[in-house]
Amino acid sequence: MTIGVIKVARPRKMSFPESLYLVEIVKGLGVTMGHMLSNIVRQEGIKTIEYPEVRREMPPRFRGRHRLMKREDGTPRCVACYCCATACPAKCITIVAGESPDPGVEKYPVRFDIDMLRCVFCGMCVEACPCDAIRMDTGWFTPPDDTREKLIFTIDTLLEK
Amino acid sequence: MEAVLFILFGAIAVCGAIMVVTRKSPMASALYLILTLFAVAALFVLRQAHFLAAVQVIVYAGAVVVLFVFVIMLINVPEDRLPVERATTTRVLGVLAAGIFILESAVLARRFWMQKGPAAEVGTVETVGRALFTDYLLAFEITSVLLLAAVIGAIALAKRKT
Amino acid sequence: MTGPLFDIAVAVARIAVFFAFCFGLVVVMTWVERKGAAYIQDRRGPNRADIFGIRAWGLFHPLADALKFLFKEDFIPDNAHRLFYQMAPMFSLAPAILGIAVIPFGPDVTVMGRRIALQIADLNVGILYLFAVSGMTVYGVVLAGWASGSKYPLLGGLRSSAQMLSYEVSMGLSLIGIFMVFESVRMSQIVTGQGGLLFGVLPKWGVFVQPLGFILFLVAQYAEANRTPFDLPEGESELVAGYHTEYASFKFSMFMMAEYLHMVVGAAVVATLFFGGWQFPYLGDAGFLLPGGSTVAVPPALVLLLRIGAFVSKVLFFAWLYVWIRWTIPRLRYDQVMRLGWKVMLPLSLLNIFATGLILLLLNK
Repeated sequence: MTIGVIKVARPRKMSFPESLYLVEIVKGLGVTMGHMLSNIVRQEGIKTIEYPEVRREMPPRFRGRHRLMKREDGTPRCVACYCCATACPAKCITIVAGESPDPGVEKYPVRFDIDMLRCVFCGMCVEACPCDAIRMDTGWFTPPDDTREKLIFTIDTLLEK
Repeated sequence: MEAVLFILFGAIAVCGAIMVVTRKSPMASALYLILTLFAVAALFVLRQAHFLAAVQVIVYAGAVVVLFVFVIMLINVPEDRLPVERATTTRVLGVLAAGIFILESAVLARRFWMQKGPAAEVGTVETVGRALFTDYLLAFEITSVLLLAAVIGAIALAKRKT
Repeated sequence: MTGPLFDIAVAVARIAVFFAFCFGLVVVMTWVERKGAAYIQDRRGPNRADIFGIRAWGLFHPLADALKFLFKEDFIPDNAHRLFYQMAPMFSLAPAILGIAVIPFGPDVTVMGRRIALQIADLNVGILYLFAVSGMTVYGVVLAGWASGSKYPLLGGLRSSAQMLSYEVSMGLSLIGIFMVFESVRMSQIVTGQGGLLFGVLPKWGVFVQPLGFILFLVAQYAEANRTPFDLPEGESELVAGYHTEYASFKFSMFMMAEYLHMVVGAAVVATLFFGGWQFPYLGDAGFLLPGGSTVAVPPALVLLLRIGAFVSKVLFFAWLYVWIRWTIPRLRYDQVMRLGWKVMLPLSLLNIFATGLILLLLNK
């Protein structure tokens, strides 16, 4: 037998009672009725997840919506270095830097906005960050909202998570 | 009551028939034809001829006009591209024929005006069926042979290689 | 109450009750279809619409749907023929409900010393009337397809009218056997004729005396109602939604209602012609007459209730069968539909008439 040739079984010719379809249709009806009854009696067979009450478990490396990390004293870990904003292919991160009151830290972000309508969830910002200040490990994607303004996440929203 | 209904449905039938020949759009004509057929079926019902009424609706409204409509849809000529009718001779002849027809019906109406028809039993399925398969069996069978010939003719025409 | 007034009251009441039954069942069927489909496909189906937090398994969804349709914009496309476009949904809804007029819902009852038939009109042309009405349904589809002024509806309308014309032939012929066996086309007589027993065991229902006729009729009816597996006039993958692609808001919902009314009336017709209508198996006027010869007396009021209950449950079953079949069988291809209609169903229904006639002839000798 030649390498790479797969023998595919041709569909068997239908026997006469099969070609009438009558019995086969009744069998099919049995299958669907079986599914329906078992789904009514036991709910386990139902694959639907009742979002938003029930949420699917996302895999650990799923890149979800962003969060900003905090230091132990509660201030943002971000030093406003613009690495993430530079790395972002969608240009969705806007940072305004300010002088930090903490003498050990040079800058801190006065504004840190992520336009979630533009974000492509590529994870480049996380890769670029030198201080591990931004992560995408919330395990959840952006929920829909009514206005565009609400989907530009500000620093407060991002720190909450 | 019966007279009122008769005049009502008769008027609908006549008006519908006039609309059939005067409408420009073929689809409108076909729909008016259905209206006319239904009005005539209602007239049959008024004379207790239920079987005729049902057959009228099944055969004419349910099958023949559907075929008309089917063909109208299939060809689907836009209304502004329909050919303009100019044949005045046919119009004159048509008016002439209509006049003769009205005259004839007037003569007939003078004889049979508001006369009660045959008893109610005539129009039922049983009586029509019995009449068809006993007294008029030959005519019935000949009609079916005629229809068969038409079917075979249609197939022969369709199969002919041009 | 005086004579004619009583008659009018009875007639109005009958029409009101039977129409309410049908339209009520339509509303329920839209829910059954969505929920049944969901459970068959391992889903949950609609369950979100609620009134004061009560969800009741999504039973309020038909209400929500109706409200949505009512408040949507009543849109007419530029290319559409305005009058015919608006007429089409009415042409499709009206014939769908008319069929119910000849269906007997129960045996005659005596109210205030008068016999009243639980049937709107017991025409002597019974079944022929049904054919006439079902022949009219094609106009709604054709008109919608033509008047929309768009190519998908036009193709859908063409397909559907060709399909309806083809299956109407075998639908009519498949019932001839029933006329021959029960010797009438009057619906009430056909139901009464199904009261006896066959070989002393089986109820003498149409399905037992005309099994082939039953299958042919059922298939033809599904094709007439444009339901799966014959729903290719609205095959989404080719024709968007077929003849009602251009319809929205309440006009669309009229097409939907027409489809479900077809199912309900069709179920009532099958139950009446092939499953004994209001006949409860082995139940006579005085009580049960079991095949062994034993009898159980039943009071007349209960007999009436059992019979109407039998009819309603038969209708419910066949309405459910439409849904069940839809979520079981895939759609046929168009050439398969036509081949089935003309090359299988038509010869078989002719054969059925011939065989029935032969058997009746032999039995009568």
